[in-house]
Amino acid sequence: MSMNTQGRPTAPVAGSVADGTSEMTPVFESFSGHRGLRLFEPLIFELGSTETTGVDVDEAGDFEMSIGDLERTAEIGCPGLPEPDAVRHFTRLSRRNYGIDMGVFPLGSCTMKHNPRLNEKMARLPGFADIHPLQPTSSVQGALELMDQLSHWICSLTGMPAVALSPKAGAHGELCGVMAIRAALEARGDAREVVLCPESAHGTNPATAAFCGYKVKSIPAKGNGRVDLDALIEALDDTVAAVMITNPNTCGLFETEVKDISDAVHKAGAFFYCDGANFNAIMGKARPGDLGVDAMHLNLHKTFSTPHGGGGPGSGPVVFSDALKDFAPLPYVTMSEGERALHEWSDEKGQSLGRLTAFHGQMGMYVRALSYMLSHGVDGIRQAAEDAVLNANYVLASLQDIMSASYGGPCMHEALFDDAFLKDTGVTTLDFAKAMIDEGYHPMTMYFPLVVHGAMLIEPTETESKYNMDQFIRSMRGLAETAVAGETARFEGAPYFAPWKRLDETQAARQPVLRYSPPEPDQK
Amino acid sequence: MRYLPLTSDDRQAMLAKIGVRHIDDLFKDVPKADLNPEINLPKRQSEMAVERQLSTLAAKNTSAGSVPFFVGAGAYKHHVPATVDHMIQRGEFLTAYTPYQPEIAQGTLQYLFEFQTLVAQLTGMDVANASMYDGSTATAEAVMMARRVTRKKRAVIAGSVHAHYRAVVETTTQFTDDNIVCQAPNPADAGAELQAALDAIDDTTSCVVVQNPGINGSVLDLGPVAEAAHAHKALLIVVVTEVMSLGLIKSPGEMGADIVVGEGQSIGNGLNFGGPYLGLFATNQKYVRQMPGRLCGKTVDAEGEQGFVLTLSTREQHIRREKATSNICTNSGLCSLAFTVHMSLLGEKGLRQLARVNHKRACDLRDALTAAGFEVLNSSFFNEITVRLSKGATDVVETLAADGVLAGVPMERLYPGQGFDDHLILAATETVTDEDIAVLVSKLTEAVQ
Amino acid sequence: MTKFTEDHEWIDGDGDVVTVGITDYAQNALGDVVFVELPEVGGTFSKGDEVAVVESVKAASEVYAPLDGEIVEINDALEGEPGLVNSSPTEGGWFFKIKLNNTSDLDGLMDKAAYDAHVAGLD
Repeated sequence: MSMNTQGRPTAPVAGSVADGTSEMTPVFESFSGHRGLRLFEPLIFELGSTETTGVDVDEAGDFEMSIGDLERTAEIGCPGLPEPDAVRHFTRLSRRNYGIDMGVFPLGSCTMKHNPRLNEKMARLPGFADIHPLQPTSSVQGALELMDQLSHWICSLTGMPAVALSPKAGAHGELCGVMAIRAALEARGDAREVVLCPESAHGTNPATAAFCGYKVKSIPAKGNGRVDLDALIEALDDTVAAVMITNPNTCGLFETEVKDISDAVHKAGAFFYCDGANFNAIMGKARPGDLGVDAMHLNLHKTFSTPHGGGGPGSGPVVFSDALKDFAPLPYVTMSEGERALHEWSDEKGQSLGRLTAFHGQMGMYVRALSYMLSHGVDGIRQAAEDAVLNANYVLASLQDIMSASYGGPCMHEALFDDAFLKDTGVTTLDFAKAMIDEGYHPMTMYFPLVVHGAMLIEPTETESKYNMDQFIRSMRGLAETAVAGETARFEGAPYFAPWKRLDETQAARQPVLRYSPPEPDQK
Repeated sequence: MRYLPLTSDDRQAMLAKIGVRHIDDLFKDVPKADLNPEINLPKRQSEMAVERQLSTLAAKNTSAGSVPFFVGAGAYKHHVPATVDHMIQRGEFLTAYTPYQPEIAQGTLQYLFEFQTLVAQLTGMDVANASMYDGSTATAEAVMMARRVTRKKRAVIAGSVHAHYRAVVETTTQFTDDNIVCQAPNPADAGAELQAALDAIDDTTSCVVVQNPGINGSVLDLGPVAEAAHAHKALLIVVVTEVMSLGLIKSPGEMGADIVVGEGQSIGNGLNFGGPYLGLFATNQKYVRQMPGRLCGKTVDAEGEQGFVLTLSTREQHIRREKATSNICTNSGLCSLAFTVHMSLLGEKGLRQLARVNHKRACDLRDALTAAGFEVLNSSFFNEITVRLSKGATDVVETLAADGVLAGVPMERLYPGQGFDDHLILAATETVTDEDIAVLVSKLTEAVQ
Repeated sequence: MTKFTEDHEWIDGDGDVVTVGITDYAQNALGDVVFVELPEVGGTFSKGDEVAVVESVKAASEVYAPLDGEIVEINDALEGEPGLVNSSPTEGGWFFKIKLNNTSDLDGLMDKAAYDAHVAGLD
């Protein structure tokens, strides 16, 4: 026989840390600072040097510059890395993150659904990615046609006559919507002062209303998690400009009296702004236009699968009713004699609220969202909403015997629990959420909405299989049972298995260190 | 449908567990008459079919890389290394959420900390935030911040500021009692344009907003404006729409800026027909609590390991609600990653070289145009110049576009009806070749005959 | 003698200049205080005006002027060491000194016993 003399044992040695028969936590530190696949990675400022570059740039040579006397001579301090090191740096960093690609991401109100890679490929076609916003419109007819097609899909799905694509994110869309409302009221000479928001509203709602110069008044919720219609009617007088309501609402419930709400709002001469953050539950199933909505933003990065990207970029198109559509922001696409153009400035008669962003909005997101819509088709979109609602109700049905559901079902696309089931256990919603990290999940949304105590808002989305749901539910039941049984050890210091333990947010806020500074020369 | 994993059997089993018979039993709260409306849209399609349809649309556009290209005015065509796009497509970055759970988001948080530092270094300021939507919204936020800091309401917007940025400031503040004073551009005399802004500062002024390089491309020393602003207890806000320029030109911080805002698209990010882009926002330490947007800060975890968290969030809408410094929530996370990756590759050395190449290209363009008898209005510039033609620039640009050259931005498009119809703004970055310049100059010469 | 408001401020002093801070109950409810925004010296306030903001990591709370008056001194130490509000709410963690327009206004506030009863009723 031919002998492989490189043979070595491949089963764990008994009694080592590796086979679990002894203490799992090693008592030594590595010499490198790495811990196997958990690789230590310093800041680029600690790695690179200002003398290094990872790109090959031509030398400009000597020439007479025309920048006045303003050449930058002092060191800037930005380090460069050779390309291999740069790739490694960011790859190592990426491995410290949790993303949808890694597992269930049940973050309520955020719709963390699968991000199809076809969308990414389409957005990178040079005909979309490599065109300039100020090229002559004759050279970007395909881009304008895409904006038109996306607008058609959005208007058809929402049952609204017009859409403004340009807002850059949900909050920017809200700003656009409330500004249109104020512009419309001022155009009819009707100064109003107040915007009504439910207690359960996203923080952006009151912030937006205040931004537009309105006073914010809160309206209470009823015991069933819906807006208190009587209280709303009571508050609706001729000083109220608008009511901002999320539907489905932030408790994951459909506002059953939505048409009574819109009737009352309109009767009072006010406008109905709907926060469309939760449109995923009803797309293809119900149209805001049929429910009396005057303005609503959509989050393309929630409902229409464009990536969240670790906090943006988003995209927040706003749909408008007939009463508001003339006040839509600039620019918008127009069509005449078979050629599309961009209307970029108001004419004298124009009632547009004005320009909200430097150019035409988030084209990269438009391509991705349209790619998603075309892929699903209207039938797939309806199916997606149904599956999202089904998955959420499956969670609710599977956990409500052990965790405290805040309201009776059915819910829409997310299920809301509170911390009543944790009462007297010493375990908080935060502890519970951090223990989910040890289970391999991103925590649900916690402490929001504010209307229930210690809220836990779970939104599985439609892109989770039954297998994934069952695994997730098993973990959640295990955690709930453990907590209720008073076995709190796994909660107290959670997460134990995450690459970082709980971080000191107090120190970060008390002595903010917001940038790297080189160590003082006299220090080590 | 390929993105929907549930099977019919799964759905039946789950409905049974829930205790209902039909999916619409779960939609019982929706008014019956409005449930399941007829919607006239196409049905689902295969990946191949969608790709074909969208590629057809894309093919109708003239991409910047396919022709001699001189379009700038707030968005710039630069070469982005392949590494950048590869890195931002890693699922751990692409499909992550805002890093509110720091234990499993240190990747995002660390690059944000690196990004903030890079922006602070480039702008010459103490601190920067984790990004805004784009340069224009950052400018509007800066004007509102100046109001909070100074408790004054009059903002002077110099003629050098991009027309669209001005418009965004005006839109954003239209329902407040702020007094926004917008000055006319003066591309033929950038010095006079700047002096006009300086002269407009008075004791009621909260801020003066100046763009450098200006919309016509001119580069100026802002020191005197900073002095004048500070003498009246006003802030100097400097707008930078071409961030590449900071590799060659003295930083706004060195010139006395109190807030620097800008468009970061030029580094790491493509043209994308105007978005997504990357708003930069930097200021001095003493104003940090008046800043809008997310901030990432350094701290330690329970075992003393260095880590990062979002911090000072009491400024933000999810806590302060109607008292927040801004309603901003989402920012431009992935674009800031692209910026950070590109900057890590460039380093100071690469950035300085690249900035010099940009300036050299623009000098070459200026020389070629001047030699051909065109009137270049700039005495100083970075990578962009303004030319006065002997006829309307809009028609000239259309003629050249039809002939396969994207020649620049007619000022008329940015300032309609304000007497600039023969002005053309041209940018020349590292992507422009000698041949591109020769083609442009010859076709421009033909077009103005 | 020390007086209290329903909004958990304490007011200490006998003459027309009194010291104001927040109570132990309040600092406990707020959690770790990370920042205190204080008024400017010389500012005048009416009872109920927002005079300061105290921030923890996840919350910001307004502090209201307990009485009409003019700010004569602020606790600069809180800028560098906001944690004093937690560790020493009634001494090192004081907020500001205010010169009262009318010292008899003090009579309308709660004494310690009344405040303790008020707090006991909250839980």
